[in-house]
Amino acid sequence: MIPLNFYLVLSALLFTIGVVGVLTRRNAIIVFMSIELMLNSVNLTLVAFSSFLGDATGQMLVFFVITIAAAEAAIGLAIIIALFRNKQTVNIDEINLLKW
Amino acid sequence: MDLYAFFFYFFAVLTVGSAFVVVFSRNIIYSAFALMFTFFGVAALYVLLYADFVAVTQLLVYVGGILVLIIFGVMLTTKVFSVEMKTGTLNLLPATLFTAIIAGMLIFVFSATDWNVVPDQEWDTTVYGIGALLVNEFILPMQVAGVLLLVAMIGAVMMAARDWTKLKSK
Amino acid sequence: MLESYYPIFLMLGIAVLFSVVMLKASTLFGPKRPTDEKYTTYESGMEPVGQARDRFSVKFYMVGVLFILFDIELVFLFPYAVNFYELGLFGFVVIWIFLAIQLIGFIYEWKKGALEWD
Repeated sequence: MIPLNFYLVLSALLFTIGVVGVLTRRNAIIVFMSIELMLNSVNLTLVAFSSFLGDATGQMLVFFVITIAAAEAAIGLAIIIALFRNKQTVNIDEINLLKW
Repeated sequence: MDLYAFFFYFFAVLTVGSAFVVVFSRNIIYSAFALMFTFFGVAALYVLLYADFVAVTQLLVYVGGILVLIIFGVMLTTKVFSVEMKTGTLNLLPATLFTAIIAGMLIFVFSATDWNVVPDQEWDTTVYGIGALLVNEFILPMQVAGVLLLVAMIGAVMMAARDWTKLKSK
Repeated sequence: MLESYYPIFLMLGIAVLFSVVMLKASTLFGPKRPTDEKYTTYESGMEPVGQARDRFSVKFYMVGVLFILFDIELVFLFPYAVNFYELGLFGFVVIWIFLAIQLIGFIYEWKKGALEWD
């Protein structure tokens, strides 16, 4: 049987990879995918705790995270597409309308 | 090494490896498809943790829904004729430093804490427990989630409506 | 309980093996007599129109968005549905409040014409 720590370290690694993606990549869609990776790692932590504590609450919280992720996918990608239509780019360096 | 451990390491390597491809691949299409393997790996880990319903939801929503939307997003935002799917990176040094700190801190906290765990146990399907929790103790969060979905729905329709009116007037 | 997943892993293994073997076998053993006609994009027998890497209509994206939002709704309904009898009238009312919220969005979409293709 795999101990709880292995799952936790795995999700820590996954989260870290997501952070690298958000910090280093320029393409807005890759940044978006990295955010999904981070959400997934948090879900993995919740499910691991839920399973090792014998409590279903953690698994139920995962559904709320998934709801957030889906709403984010629907609206976030729509915003990215709208940005692309206006500026012909998804490079987050060039999207600086709020900067002055 | 027993079978459980074998499956755990297999899917752990699959998940982390494909997550690396997602973040470091130069081609955005490769990133999107690697993301599918990450989602699959995480779903398999849920199965190993006896969270069967969560695993199925993961496949249904992430692989069947969010990933498809992401690929649509890729297809809708690439230049039509010049194949410009490659993307660059920036701020490598500060980002490496920052993430090293985050990773170190997370792993330290996770391994230093003495977690209060139930010894090895196999759980039956959790879908009944989840249903009871949703309707009894978590009514308000569920309704708030419903409102969030409503907002997302209306927002998506509003954003697309401009294009529609343009398409219809043609 | 995990024993019940063996068929899925077996299925996964067979699927991967089958596709790899078939693709490799056809490149290894198949005769290669290419002509210009064979190098064109395969579009189910039709003459290819335009490029494969084309940006396509936002309408597809819209269908995807609506699918995923109703998908989530089903994910919340399913755990309730499996213990419908245990949760009784109270659960029924709660789930109908949840559904009513979604219904507002559905009616809005319908009125806006988001569900029509043309």
